[in-house]
Amino acid sequence: MNWDVVVENLRLYAQGAGLTIWLTLLSLSAAFLLALPLAFLRNSRSRFLRRSVIAYTTVFRGTPLLVQLFLVYFGLAQFELLRGSFLWPWLSSPLVCALLVFVLNSGAYTTEIFAGGLRTIPKGEIEAAQAYGFTPLRAALRIFIPGMLSRSLPLYGNEMIMLMHATSLASTVTLMEITGVARNITLNYYIQLEPYVAAALIYLALTAILVAAVQLAERRFANFLRLDH
Amino acid sequence: MDKLTVSGIHKSYGAHEVLKGVSLSASAGDVISIIGSSGSGKSTLLRCMNFLEAPSAGTITVEGEALQTTRGRDGALRPACAKQLRRIRTRLAMVFQNFCLWSHMTVEANVTEAPVGTLGLSREEARERACVNLEKVGLGREYLARYPGQLSGGQQQRVAIARALSMEPQVMLFDEPTSALDPELVGEVLKVMQSLAEEGRTMIVVTHEMAFARHASTQVIYLQGGVIEEQGSPEQVFGAPRTERLARFIDRARH
Repeated sequence: MNWDVVVENLRLYAQGAGLTIWLTLLSLSAAFLLALPLAFLRNSRSRFLRRSVIAYTTVFRGTPLLVQLFLVYFGLAQFELLRGSFLWPWLSSPLVCALLVFVLNSGAYTTEIFAGGLRTIPKGEIEAAQAYGFTPLRAALRIFIPGMLSRSLPLYGNEMIMLMHATSLASTVTLMEITGVARNITLNYYIQLEPYVAAALIYLALTAILVAAVQLAERRFANFLRLDH
Repeated sequence: MDKLTVSGIHKSYGAHEVLKGVSLSASAGDVISIIGSSGSGKSTLLRCMNFLEAPSAGTITVEGEALQTTRGRDGALRPACAKQLRRIRTRLAMVFQNFCLWSHMTVEANVTEAPVGTLGLSREEARERACVNLEKVGLGREYLARYPGQLSGGQQQRVAIARALSMEPQVMLFDEPTSALDPELVGEVLKVMQSLAEEGRTMIVVTHEMAFARHASTQVIYLQGGVIEEQGSPEQVFGAPRTERLARFIDRARH
């Protein structure tokens, strides 16, 4: 066993963990903001809006994240028009491509989770909001969104963990997050086990923190769902 | 002036006409019980009064202000002005059969939410009002922080009544408020409603509780087949029913 190599490279691991956390938080926040309105449109009375959202979630949930990442990072470069456009400085950046794909992919899953949460709000609670003269905005802010988020928490917690682990795919487009760092060490030192064990342990620790945060949120916001009668 | 007048209310679901022109009006202090067998349209009528169901025709007037309507493509009426409908709804507080409390909110939030959000009360005013009204329905301050899921059905319905009271409404609408309760919990809710009736509140109550209709109301309406078949004081309706059908209905309800 050769753990010295890992210890020598702790600084790189720390930087990698920083990038992983950053990628995860940024993607999660943006995906959350994207999914919030889309979840409503997913249940919209307009068939066009409903189907548009379904088309989006089907495409992004129906294809592998890695393929999506390759398509955006390598595939878009095939288009002359795009390479000449003002967007190119961004679209040629692996960081921007990875973020874009993570947001769109996680946004699709989160949309479906939230839309499902919306459908579980008892109809009577919505009627009560109408009967008491709520504006649509107030009903959304006070009844729909809290009701939806609290009921979505267990599933959404899962999605957050999955996305954090999915950020390891960013290593395939040159980004030095945890997995990228580990892979680089295996290549430089010709050892295959220890660098990945170290990476796995870091992911495990980060996941534990995320799980604790979700549990905290469940106790705070979704306690009413598991009350003893 | 009448607190609430509805006239010529029609309601159809497709080809099936549930309400065939119903009119009634409630003056201050009236307690109107609407009775009738299942499917007679009594819940639909109540839900048309605050437009939870859109009537096919008819007018709704609250304190002299007529609700502005237009006709939608599906033939049903639609509110012409969402703002006016919201304003009118805040004066008609509804108590639902299944309580319909907001399950993610505490009792306090349930009772203060609408007064703060739609009437513009401050948090403190609304909280004070909530405490007064919860006490009125027999629930002390220790219930403020509970969630609806922690309460019995009877307690939930009393919170729902406190929520309605906190709007200080012109008219309270009760949609079969005891039908979803276990039999041993019906009494506590009826007692609260009885005391509200005695306070002189204007109430319209769709109910299967004949004892309440007979003893607490000022007026009883017997709805049958989408029309008012009989109406009058409880003494008239229960003491001397004019139709055979009502006599049989009352007789059946007694057993």
